[in-house]
Amino acid sequence: MVISDKLDKFFDEKMKEYPTRRSFLVPMLLYSQDEVGYLSDEVIAYLAKKTELTELEVRNVISYYSLLHTKPMGKYHVQVCTNISCMLRGGEEILDHCKSKLGIGHKQTTADGTFSLEEVECIGACSWAPAVQINYDFHENLTNEKMDKVLDQYRSKAK
Amino acid sequence: MAEVKNVTITVDGKQVTAPAGTLLIEACKAVGIEVPSFCYYPGLSLQAACRMCLVRIEKMPKLQTACTVPITDGMVVATDTDEVRQARKSMIELLLGNHPLDCPVCDAGGECELQDMTFKYGAAESRYMEGKLHKEEQQWSPVVFFDRPRCILCYRCVRVCGEGMDVSALGVQLRGSSSVIAPNEGDHLDCEECGMCIDICPVGALTSGAYRYKTRPWEMKHVGTICTHCGDGCKTTLGVRRSDTGMDIVRGDNRDKSGINGDFLCIKGRYAFDYFDHKDRLRQPLVRKDGKLTPTTWEEAIEHVGKRLREIRDSKGGQSIGVIGSNRTTNEENYLLQKFARTVLGTNNIDHHRTTDFAGFARAIAGKQNATATMRDVASAPAILLIGNDPTERHPLLAWNIRTNVRLHQAKLFVVNSQPIKLRRQATRFVQVPAGREGKLVAFLNGDDAAAGALTGASGSNDALKQLRDELKAQKDLVIIFGSELQGADIAALVKFGSAANAKFICLGDYANSRGAADMGLYPDLLPGYVALDGPHKYNEEWGSLSKTKGMGLQEMMQAAKGGKLAALYVVGSNPVVDYNFDPAALQNTFVVVQELFLTETAMLAEVVLPAASAYEKGGTFTNTCGDLQLLKKAGDITGIKSDFEIIVRVAERIGTEVRKLVPFGSGVRADMGQTRGAQSGEADRHSVWLTANNLEPRLSPFDPYAMLDEIQRLVPGYEFSRLSLLAGNDQHMLAAELSAAGAGDALVQIVPANDTLFTSGTLGRYSKTLNSVIENKRAPADKEVMAD
Ligand code: SF4
Ligand code: SF4
Ligand code: SF4
Ligand code: FES
Ligand code: FES
Repeated sequence: MVISDKLDKFFDEKMKEYPTRRSFLVPMLLYSQDEVGYLSDEVIAYLAKKTELTELEVRNVISYYSLLHTKPMGKYHVQVCTNISCMLRGGEEILDHCKSKLGIGHKQTTADGTFSLEEVECIGACSWAPAVQINYDFHENLTNEKMDKVLDQYRSKAK
Repeated sequence: MAEVKNVTITVDGKQVTAPAGTLLIEACKAVGIEVPSFCYYPGLSLQAACRMCLVRIEKMPKLQTACTVPITDGMVVATDTDEVRQARKSMIELLLGNHPLDCPVCDAGGECELQDMTFKYGAAESRYMEGKLHKEEQQWSPVVFFDRPRCILCYRCVRVCGEGMDVSALGVQLRGSSSVIAPNEGDHLDCEECGMCIDICPVGALTSGAYRYKTRPWEMKHVGTICTHCGDGCKTTLGVRRSDTGMDIVRGDNRDKSGINGDFLCIKGRYAFDYFDHKDRLRQPLVRKDGKLTPTTWEEAIEHVGKRLREIRDSKGGQSIGVIGSNRTTNEENYLLQKFARTVLGTNNIDHHRTTDFAGFARAIAGKQNATATMRDVASAPAILLIGNDPTERHPLLAWNIRTNVRLHQAKLFVVNSQPIKLRRQATRFVQVPAGREGKLVAFLNGDDAAAGALTGASGSNDALKQLRDELKAQKDLVIIFGSELQGADIAALVKFGSAANAKFICLGDYANSRGAADMGLYPDLLPGYVALDGPHKYNEEWGSLSKTKGMGLQEMMQAAKGGKLAALYVVGSNPVVDYNFDPAALQNTFVVVQELFLTETAMLAEVVLPAASAYEKGGTFTNTCGDLQLLKKAGDITGIKSDFEIIVRVAERIGTEVRKLVPFGSGVRADMGQTRGAQSGEADRHSVWLTANNLEPRLSPFDPYAMLDEIQRLVPGYEFSRLSLLAGNDQHMLAAELSAAGAGDALVQIVPANDTLFTSGTLGRYSKTLNSVIENKRAPADKEVMAD
């Protein structure tokens, strides 16, 4: 099995709450990605079967959402917002800073697999712009210095 | 269903009344107001992706998409204001944002919806300064190419492949302006290769392997004719150019949606015309000299055939000659061939490759009224029962019509098959029965509960069968479609079951004119219209009296050949050596003549091989498997060949027949060649050009098939139709089966279904480059089903 039995059971259970099988696809993609780390070909085949869709249709959905990945990402996925509010308050500088600090670009992963970087659209934290989301945690009102600290924290956690 | 009430709306000051629920864009169309659209396509789900159809509706805050708004009473709509015009212009400007504007080299140039709209509403200049996204062109299969920059993301291709074809090989990846159409295998397609996506593409983003970069739309002659492959009879418009061999067919499509197939064509109709100029095509008559087939002149070949046949007839009698007709030649040719056999060669030894039991069907249905369904009925009947066959592979149009009917009209589909065929996915009820037991199922439907025992092996309990029977009995206006799994008595039993509920029937046979072969009497015991030789009939009156003795069928001819009793065998467009396992050794001492396109296994044994025209190179009529008669139009000439019609007439003449007796040309017809309008030079000529252009040649030539059609119309029961309607390109349903008088019938005859797939077509398929190039053709049928799932 490409995912844990527990998750598989959970899917079967939850599926009952949806009007059609395909309606449950996006949550299943997220859960699977969290568990496996990314959406491998095997995960895609598994979910296609589960939803009675073609693999192509599952891939169409994955490609639509930037938060879904078909390649392994870093342990910590740094998502820097550069949408309007963040851009006005220095989001693009934060992105550039992350790039030089981590030595990787948009949608790339560091050699040790600790970090990956992605430029994203609004993550709904405009009031505290510029904002960055790392995995499911938010870091707000950032400056380059604050960003360094944040990254350092994660780096030590990774060890 | 509840009566739908009409509502009245106002569009640009005009009153429009239409049923409630009609889409605004359609209501506008009904009064001649064109609302431009890209993503809207009648029959497919609504997308509202292109925003080209924006209109102003009073009391609504923003411009609305006319393609998604159902009309309601009192709606006031404006489609031609400055605001709307500006919106259209902006939409085009957006669409052109990433468009390469390479119209001068694009296949679609001249028939591109984007080009037309840009001219009409257009944004000649753009305010966008950004660089255009570019991607290289991709080849997805031998027939489908994709040019991303030209794509305007209307998703028609995705929907037609998913909803229409039930293949879902195309999808959309990414989003926003980087959205891109993607094939199911990453960089290539694994699909039915129908080319529907290409034809439905409003621009030149999807292009056809056969046609791309070859020509421009206005450089072709467009000929509306019939596909020459399966028995469904799709109309197709061929794009034809001149070439050094006479003609070059560069494409086939049905974009004008005329005919029984709307815009549908399968891979064979759209691409497999390409056998016509295969390098192995016979272009010269061959006569065996010193044991070798040697090219010769038409004169010599026909002289040889005529002389030998006359000798054999006069010395050994007509019963020593056998004739095998074709499932691919026209009605006129089939009719002529059996008349030639019976009146010139003096034999009833005539048969054809029987792919289904049309004669048994005619016997079963004789005397019933309106008991056969048309291909159009399949797209509109409220309920359909399909027993046997796999239409997705063997009757692609029928399968398309069934799917369309289920999707758009919620028709109920009942499928009985020994395999889990793909159409089960549209079925209300699918019952799998063991192969060969389809007849038992019919017995069960007729109330024989004991028959269930033979059926339940594969599909479990009796209950499913009983449910099927009850549900079927409750259906009104059922159309019953069956394949060659049912023959003879089983068909009669099925007709008995269906007639109780006023059902209409379709008997499925293979190849473009197998129904025509049957209707036109390529039988040893039946005259045209399934009229028994020994019963009363009108043919004696016109042909002179005919022998009432039943002739030999294909098998008997082979037996006779083995016993040295078949002196001559005359084969037209058929390959019995392969299709009927006709033993080649048996033909050693038989004088074999073959009219063919290619040197088939049978032709290789012949003493004389006469190169025949394909159905793209002649005119006439075809009758599809349902009994729908349609006009076959000649696309062009190629060098070296003659039509089967002309060959038979020439041979008959050489045998010493009075040709006028065989083909009623010139008789009773007083052609006006311009005489009525004075004798200026050129008048007659111009007049005959006009007549020819309108398919109205006066029957002045013995090679004119329409002279034969006159006789068919006069003598064959059930072949009543309007000439004008035929010439206009319409289909008309023939009632030959209902009006048949076939008598008691015959011991079991051997039916050999062609078992073609989507990618084969009897002997012709071998010579189609396209059919042989697609990867799906290389797969075993079993895997194909998995692929389709
Ligand atoms: S060729 Fe037909 S089956 Fe293949 S992708 Fe296009 S529409 Fe779908
Ligand atoms: S390829 Fe053609 S049909 Fe498909 S989305 Fe693009 S423009 Fe529309
Ligand atoms: S469905 Fe049959 S008639 Fe129609 S295009 Fe295909 S092969 Fe030709
Ligand atoms: S713009 Fe960055 S969070 Fe909304
Ligand atoms: S035609 Fe209405 S939105 Fe495309």
